[in-house]
Amino acid sequence: MSAPLVEVSAISRTYTMRSGMFGRSTAVHAVDGVSFSIRKGETLGLVGESGSGKSTTGRIVLGLEPPDAGEVRFDGEPMAAPGTREWRAQRARMQMIFQDPLGALDRRLVVAEQVREPLDIHGLGTRAEREVRVQELLRSVELSAQHGRRYPGALSGGQRQRIVLARALATKPDFLVCDEPVSALDVSIQAQVVNLLADLQAQLGLTMLFISHDLRVVRQISNIVAVMYLGRIVETGSADDLFARPQHPYTQALVSASPAPGRRSAGRIVLSGDPPNPAARPSGCAFHPRCPLAIARCVTELPALASVASDRQVACHLVTGPEAQSRDAA
Amino acid sequence: MGRYFAIRIARALLTIILVVTFAFVVLRLSGDPSLMILGPEAPPEVLAAFRKAWGLDDPIWMQYVDYFGAIAKGELGRSMRDGRPAIQLVLERIPATLALTLPAFAFKVALGIPAGIYAALNRGSAIDRAVMITAVAGFTVPSFVLALLLVLVFAVQLGWLPSGGQEGWRHAILPIATLGLGGAAVLARFTRSAMLEVLGQPYIRTASAKGVPWRKVVTSHALPNAAIPTVTVLGFMVGTLIAGAVVVESVFAWPGVGRLLVVAVANRDLAVVQCILLLVALTMVTSNLIVDFLYGFLDPRLRAKGAHA
Amino acid sequence: MTDATLKDTAVRRRINRPAIPVSVALAVTWIAAMLVIAALADKIAPYGFTQLDLRNRLAAPGNVAHWLGTDELGRDVLSRLLVSIRISLLIAFGATAISAVAGTMLGFLAAHFRGLVEQIVLMLSDFQASMPFLIMALAVLAFFGNSLPLLIGLMGLFGWERYARIARGLAISANAQGYAAAVRQLGATPSRIYLRHILPNIASTLIVSTTLVFPEVILLESGLSFLGLGVQPPMTSLGNMVGYGREYLTRAAWIMLAPATTIVVTTLAVSIIGDWLRDKLDPTLQ
Repeated sequence: MSAPLVEVSAISRTYTMRSGMFGRSTAVHAVDGVSFSIRKGETLGLVGESGSGKSTTGRIVLGLEPPDAGEVRFDGEPMAAPGTREWRAQRARMQMIFQDPLGALDRRLVVAEQVREPLDIHGLGTRAEREVRVQELLRSVELSAQHGRRYPGALSGGQRQRIVLARALATKPDFLVCDEPVSALDVSIQAQVVNLLADLQAQLGLTMLFISHDLRVVRQISNIVAVMYLGRIVETGSADDLFARPQHPYTQALVSASPAPGRRSAGRIVLSGDPPNPAARPSGCAFHPRCPLAIARCVTELPALASVASDRQVACHLVTGPEAQSRDAA
Repeated sequence: MGRYFAIRIARALLTIILVVTFAFVVLRLSGDPSLMILGPEAPPEVLAAFRKAWGLDDPIWMQYVDYFGAIAKGELGRSMRDGRPAIQLVLERIPATLALTLPAFAFKVALGIPAGIYAALNRGSAIDRAVMITAVAGFTVPSFVLALLLVLVFAVQLGWLPSGGQEGWRHAILPIATLGLGGAAVLARFTRSAMLEVLGQPYIRTASAKGVPWRKVVTSHALPNAAIPTVTVLGFMVGTLIAGAVVVESVFAWPGVGRLLVVAVANRDLAVVQCILLLVALTMVTSNLIVDFLYGFLDPRLRAKGAHA
Repeated sequence: MTDATLKDTAVRRRINRPAIPVSVALAVTWIAAMLVIAALADKIAPYGFTQLDLRNRLAAPGNVAHWLGTDELGRDVLSRLLVSIRISLLIAFGATAISAVAGTMLGFLAAHFRGLVEQIVLMLSDFQASMPFLIMALAVLAFFGNSLPLLIGLMGLFGWERYARIARGLAISANAQGYAAAVRQLGATPSRIYLRHILPNIASTLIVSTTLVFPEVILLESGLSFLGLGVQPPMTSLGNMVGYGREYLTRAAWIMLAPATTIVVTTLAVSIIGDWLRDKLDPTLQ
C-alpha cells in the first residue's frame, strides 16, 4: 500500500455573508473540520448536495484558498500560500477540472494555445517540444489537430471538457481535482468523458479528488468515497462497501435515490424537510430535521466521525452510540 | 434609513476633504504658497507673517492639518490683484451668476422634461424625432459655439438683443438661452429614456391590461417611477451650474463667478481660484446630498431596505 | 452557459452582417479624413499657418488664393484649420490614451489587491465623477501655468474613472469564476492573467467607453482653448481659432465658423460610431 499524497487534517472555512447592503452579516461554516487522505494513484469521491461544502473543500485541498483552520499537506509538505512564487510553481503538480468547461476557457484564444499555456507558464521544453507535446495531449484526449485550431465557442461541450483535461495534464501533474466535471454535459456524453478520465488516471497513475453529486459517476471512478452534509463528512468508506451497505441515514437516502443495477427501487427513502442551508445550520447533528430516525440526542449533540470497521467511519449516534444496539434489535 | 443617510453624509464629507487635499497638494507642488497667494511683490515682513500664520515652516503633515483649520475658519487668502479677501470677491459675484443660472435651470426643466415625456409617449412621431435630433445636437454643439451662433443671429444679423454686458434684463436673454437650450436637450433625452424604460415594465402593461385608463396609467404609475432617475440628473445639473456658467459668462462678458474664475486663472490669482474650487465642491456635495435624501424618500425599495437595517 | 453561447453567436451573426448604416459610413469617412489631415497637415496646407498676408486681411471665403478666407492678420484660415485639426486631435488622442491606460490599470489593481487599494481607487473615482472636470482643470492650469504636454496630461485625467470602474468590475467577475480563475490555478503570474487573458476579453467594452470619452475631451480642450487657457498662440487649435475668431464675429464670421463646424461634426461622428459599436459589440452596456 502506497503512502498518502494528499493529507487533509481538520480543515475549516467560514465565510461572512451579508444580506443586502445594510443587512446583518452571518457566518457561514462552509467547511467544518474535514479530514481525509488520498494515497498515490487512488481516487477519493466526494459526494454531497449543493451547499454541502464539497467544492470549497476541493478548492482548499488544491490550495486555491487557504483554510481558516487545519492543514493540507501535499507529498509531505505544507501547501504554499496562494499567489506566492512557490504556490505558482506548485501548480505544475496539481490541476483542476471545472464544472463549466466554456467558462474555464478563454474564448479569444484557439484551444491549442490554451493547452500549451501551462508549458509556457512553467517554462517546460523548447518551443518545438511544446508544439509536439500539445499534439500528443490532444491525441490523448481523443481530439485532432484540427480541433486544436478552433476557438472554444466552435467546440461541443464534451470537446471543451477534453480540452480542459488536456490542459490540466500538460505539465504531467500528480494530483487532479475534478469538480463536477461532467454535470454540465449532456447525459449522452457524460459516460465518454468519465471513461476517458478513468483510462487516463490508470495510464498516468494520477491521484484524484472527484467531486460530484452523481453517485453513479462517483461509484464508477472512486476507490474511496466520503459523503458530506453541511460542511462535515458524515460517512467514509471504500466505494464498494459504502454503496452496498450505507450506514448513515443520509447516505442511505442518497443511495436509495440513485438507481443501481441489481437493486430494487422499492425501498427508496424520500427525504423530507428543507434542503440544507449552510447559513442556518441546525443544532446537534445537522441532518436531524430531515432524518427519519432522529432521536432526542441528535438535536443537542454533534456526533463525531468514528470508525465502525477498518476503512469505514460514520458520524451518527444511531450507528456508533449506545443506541446502535437498540436500532439493530428493532 | 438612518444608516443610509449616515453613509451619504460621510461620503459628502470625504469628497470635501478630498477637494481640500487636492487644493493643498496642487498648491504645494506649484511652488512657495506664500508667494503664490500673496504675489511676488508682497513686502518681506508680510511674507514672513504669512509664513508664520500659515505655519509654512512646520512639517508637512502639520501644514496639512492647519490648512484644514484655516479653511474651516473661512481664511481663504487675499486676491493678489486688489488685496481684498478672496471669499468676499467670490461672494459678490454670486448674485450675477444666480441671475443667469436659476432662470436657465427653470427653462431646462420647463422645456426638457415635458419634451422628453411627450417624445416617449409618442415614440417614433415627428416630435420624438425632432427631440432626439435636438438632444444629439445639444451634446455635440459646445456651449461656446451655441453662444456665438445665437449672438450671430439675434445680435449681429437681427439686432434684437445685445451681444454682451449686464445693463438690463435684455442682456440676460442670450446667456440664459445658451445655458438653457443645451441643458434642456440633455434633460429631454434623459427623461425620454427613463420614461421608455418605465413604460416597458410589466406593471405598466398589467395596469393597462386591467383596464386602467391610459392617462391614469401614465400619471399614477409611469411618471412617479421615471421621476427617480430624473431627479438624480437634476441634482447633478444643480451641482454643475457654476461650471456651466464659466464659458457662457465669458462669451457674454457677464460679471459672475465663472468669469471671475477665468480671469483669476489667467492672472494666476490663486487665492480666488482656490476659493471658487471650494465653492463648487460645496455646491456639488450639497446638491448630491439633497438628491440622495430625496432618493431615500422617493424610492420605496430603499425605504424598505433601510427599515430593517 | 447556454445563455452565453447564444449571446455569443447572436453577436457574431450581427457583426458578420455586411450592411453598415449610411450615417456610420459617413462618420467613419469623416474621422478617416480628419486622421489623414492630422498626419499630413503641414504637407497639404497651402500656406504656413502663421504666414501673414497683410494685403489680404479679413478676405471672405471663396476666393482663389484663400478658399476659406483669411483672418485679421491675413493668415489663411484653411491652413490654420488644418494645423488646428492636427493639434486638437493630438491632444484628444494623447489624453484618451493616457486616461484609458491609467484607468484600466487602476481598475486591474483594484480587482487584484481588493481591500485598501480597491477602496482608494473607488474613492478617487467617486471624487473624480462628482467634481466638474472643467473647474479642476482650470485650477490646475492656474497653479501650474500652461504647456502642450501639461495640457495633454491634464486632459488625460479626464474619464479615467470610467475605465477603472469597468475594468475593475469585469476583472473581478473574471477572477471569481471562469477563464481567469482557471489560468490562475495553472500557475500564471498576475501580469499574464490580466494582460494576456482579461484585457483582450474586455477590450470591446473599453473601446466603446473610449468613443464616449473622446468627444468629451475634444469639447473640453476646445472649451479651454476658447477661453484662452488651453493651447496658446502662436500655436493654434480648433477652440483657440473659435476664441480668437469671435472678436471678428460681426465682420468675418467665417474665421470661427470653419473650426466650430469641424468640432461639431467630429464629436458627432465619434458619437455615431460609438453608438453603433455599442450596439454591435456590447449589448450589455446601456
